[in-house]
Formats: sequence, structure tokens, C-alpha cells
Amino acid sequence: MGFSYGDAETQGGVSPCPHKLERKGIVSAIRFEHVTKQFPGASAPAVLDCTLTVEDGSFVVILGPSGCGKTTLLKMVNRLYEPTAGAIYIDDSEIRQLSATTLRRQIGYVIQQVGLFPHMTVAQNIAVVPRLLGWPRERIERRVDELLELVELPPAEYRSRYPSQLSGGQQQRVGLARALAGDPKVLLMDEPFGAIDAITRASLQDELLRLQRRLKKTILFVTHDVDEALRLADRIVVMREGRIVQYDRPIAVLTQPADAFVHELVGADDMVRQLSLVRVETAMAPLPAGFRRNGEPSIAPDADLRHALSLLLRTGAPALAVVDSQQPIGVLTLDHIRATAKNEIEG
Amino acid sequence: MSYIIQNPGIVWGLLLEHIIITGSSLLIAIAIAFPFGVLVADKPRLATPVLGFLGILYTIPSIALMILLLPIVGLGRQAIIVTLVVYAQVILVRNIIAGLRAVDPVILEAAHGMGMNSWQRLWQIQLPQALPVILAGVRIAAIVDIAIATIGAKFGAGGLGELLFQGIAQAGRYDKIWAGALSVAALALIVNWSLLALERAFDTTRRIRRSERRQLAIKKG
Repeated sequence: MGFSYGDAETQGGVSPCPHKLERKGIVSAIRFEHVTKQFPGASAPAVLDCTLTVEDGSFVVILGPSGCGKTTLLKMVNRLYEPTAGAIYIDDSEIRQLSATTLRRQIGYVIQQVGLFPHMTVAQNIAVVPRLLGWPRERIERRVDELLELVELPPAEYRSRYPSQLSGGQQQRVGLARALAGDPKVLLMDEPFGAIDAITRASLQDELLRLQRRLKKTILFVTHDVDEALRLADRIVVMREGRIVQYDRPIAVLTQPADAFVHELVGADDMVRQLSLVRVETAMAPLPAGFRRNGEPSIAPDADLRHALSLLLRTGAPALAVVDSQQPIGVLTLDHIRATAKNEIEG
Repeated sequence: MSYIIQNPGIVWGLLLEHIIITGSSLLIAIAIAFPFGVLVADKPRLATPVLGFLGILYTIPSIALMILLLPIVGLGRQAIIVTLVVYAQVILVRNIIAGLRAVDPVILEAAHGMGMNSWQRLWQIQLPQALPVILAGVRIAAIVDIAIATIGAKFGAGGLGELLFQGIAQAGRYDKIWAGALSVAALALIVNWSLLALERAFDTTRRIRRSERRQLAIKKG
């Protein structure tokens, strides 16, 4: 009881001190303090004594099996559910100080089924929150075009379409644009790509990462898909039966799972999955003196080791040339990967 | 037909009375059913008994209902208008509830999560989507009212029913019965068509198809 997961700086991520982050002067965007949610008639609480600090501008994924309370935890942030006990703060002010509608207009919200309004055009859908906020018309129009550009749906073509005329992936792009419309600091995403095919999902994930690098929102993202969590998260919150069991960087969740449950959930034995979290540049060796390229396949420094391994095996080449903007900067061999796996991951 | 051609003035006057009776009772009925239906729609515990009660009212024969109302509201237009309002209630309330309930709960959750209050959800999300079903209720209620309004003539309310009852009372005046029946039928058909057109204008699926056709035409042109 009363464990805090606010500090993940320490290896293992579990620290008994709840206020360490504030003392270090890191701004917290969202803070849960001993939050419990008991639904009437349910035998056990959906969320039990959760304390968690989400740093400003970070991408935090809540991961867990169905029924673990991850969605409940998320929906308490925009007060779709009210906690039975405990408190939630955004930028250090208690969320109950604002009316629920005022609060929600300041928080972007994306759900799995998208929930676009079928009787409104794409533009009207995106304009909902700005209209609720009472923005002037021209500002709304500009914002709609800007957001459509951002999610790569050309405004001229998509503005006046209806949701039923879009593919699932396009609908979720509009859903994302709609959530961003009021320029919220915080974005809540409830399994947004859960109902989308694997290929589209991967491209939407890339897009979301690209957007996040640009916009620096604080994102709280719920999923039960381990690979999705590893791919997107700065920090992962692992939940089980209403409790937070681990809060840490993806690589640490994989390499130092808090308990047997986390170990099994994330497949911590899966070496290849772990390699997918290490970048080529951390494993490569600098160019040997007098290096001349001799038909080695090339790979980007920010690609992951899983790709590198697959490329080595597929081509049968002894080494890969690490190439950054046409310029070779290092080499990578199977030995390098093995050494990295030993040091970085097991070590 | 011949009676209508020979006495256009009489038929026209009765038709206007008929329209005034049904039109005013329909407006009153909508004014009652609308807030009532909206209020009851998201409360299943209330909606079921309310619909049951209205259903029972609906099964009372119209003449019996009017006779029951006579001691309260007296002879004349009031009696028939109250009767028509009662009959329209079932149809209107049922369709308002059905229309509002047909809105996908996921869409309502999205609206909720985006910070719409219940009033904004009702007007911006629920009603636009429920409108075709609600208008279908208005259309059916209008037609039922047009038909039932004929018995108003028996109680001094006027309207096209006059022709029917005169035709029955005066032996052999089938021409009056025909004139009355045809005018009522024509009125019902015209009202049906125009309300159907309105319904379609507000149907999102149809609107989308229209916009697709327009876009196609622009591309071709």
C-alpha cells in the first residue's frame, strides 16, 4: 500500500518517495495521489490506491490485461469517472476545482471506436471543441486546415467529407485531429488503434510519434498490446487488478520486470523484442581506420537492433555499414549485437 | 367528384376547417410530446410504463374517448382537438424515444468526453441524428389525426366529416360521402408526401449520397 511510482529514475522504478520528482524541479503534468475507484456493486475496486506522476511532455502508456483498471484510471483524468478516494492533479491543481465540462474541453480525448459524429463533416467534427470554447469563426477555419495538414489529410479533399466516407485509419486521424483541436496540453488515448489493421496501425503509431516530437503534449495512452506500448512509450505503467505494479522506461520493464506477472506479460525472455528497443548507434563500432565500403548493406543509426539482426541474417553479410545522411559513420557486426545484448540488456 | 365540382366553396371551407383542427392539434401534441419524450428517453424505468399507458389510451375507440371528454371540455372543437392530441401522443413519444435511443452510445461518450453538456449533446448530437425518426412519427401522427378528425363533425367541430355524416343522414346522398372521403384521402396523401420529403432532407445517409453526387458532378464538369 502507498507505494509511489512517481520516480522511475532509479533502476527498477519503484521508489517509496512520492515527491522526488517535484524536488528535482521536473514539472508534473498529471499526478494521481492514492486514487481508488470502487464501482457500486462490484466485488473489488477497479483501481486501488494508485499514485503516479506523469512528467510534462512525456508519453506514458498504461499497459495491462483487460479488466486491470487501465481505462478506469484514464477516464478519471477527464472526470468521466470520479474517484472514490484520492485526488488527481493537472499542473498541480486539483481537477475537481474546474467544472467537468471546462476540464474536458482542455483535455484531448481519443477512443477506440473513434466516435466521430456521423451527421457532421470532417471539418465540423474537428471544430467541435473550438466552437465549445467560443473561438471566432476564422480562427476555427484556420485551425481545422492546420490540423488536417498535420494528420496528412489534405484539407481541400477531406474537409467536407463525412466520416462514413473515410477508411478506419483516416477516421482515427480525424479523431486525433479533433482531440488536438482545442490545443490541449494533455491528450488521453484509450486504445485508439485497437480496432485498426496491423499495417495501418504501424503507420498511425509512427505518425503519433512524429506528432509527439513536434507538439510535446503530455500523452496518457491505454493499450493491452505490449509491442505498441514498447514502441510508443517514454514510460510504461504496468497495471494488474487495479494496482500499478511497475512504472518504468520500456527497456527497464523488459529487462527488470518487477515481478513474475510483468515478466510474463511483456515476454521478458524474448531477446529479439528487447533488441527492438536498442538503437544501432549505441551498439556500433566506430569506423576502422582506412575503412572502405565493400558492399556492406547499410542501416540508419536510429534503426533498432532487431532490424539490424534481421538484415545481417537475411543478407549473410559479415557487417553492416551504419550510414547517416549518405555518410558512413560506423560498422555493426553480429558480435557487436551480441555484446550489446549482454551488456545493455542482461547486464 | 361531381359534388366537389358543383360546390367548391362548401368543400373548400370544410377542408380549411379540417386543416385547422388537425394542424392545431398536431402542434399542441408536438409541444407536449417533445419535451416529454426527451425527458423520458434516457430513463428506461419511466419510459416503459409511460409508453404502456399511452398505448392503452390509443386503444380506446375515438368516439368513446370523445364522449368521455364531453362532460369535461364540452361540445365543439375543443373535444376533437383534445382527442387528437391524445392519439398523437403515443406515436410521437414512441418515435422520439426510439430516435434518441438509436444514437450510438460511443458517439455520446465522445461528445461527453469532449466537454459538451447535456443540453449541447441533445441539440448538437442526439436530435440531428434522431430527426428522421422523429419526423416519421410526426408524419404518421398527422395522418392518423386527419382520419380521426372526421368524427369531430358529429360533435359540432366541423371539418370534412360534415360531408360524411350528412351523406349518411340524407338517404341516397352518396355524392356527399364520396366528396368527403376523397377530400380526406387527398389531404392525407399530400401531407404524407410533403412530410416524407422533409424527413428525407434531414436523413444523413441521403445527404451524404447527395454530396457525393455533387462532388462527382464537379469532377466531371
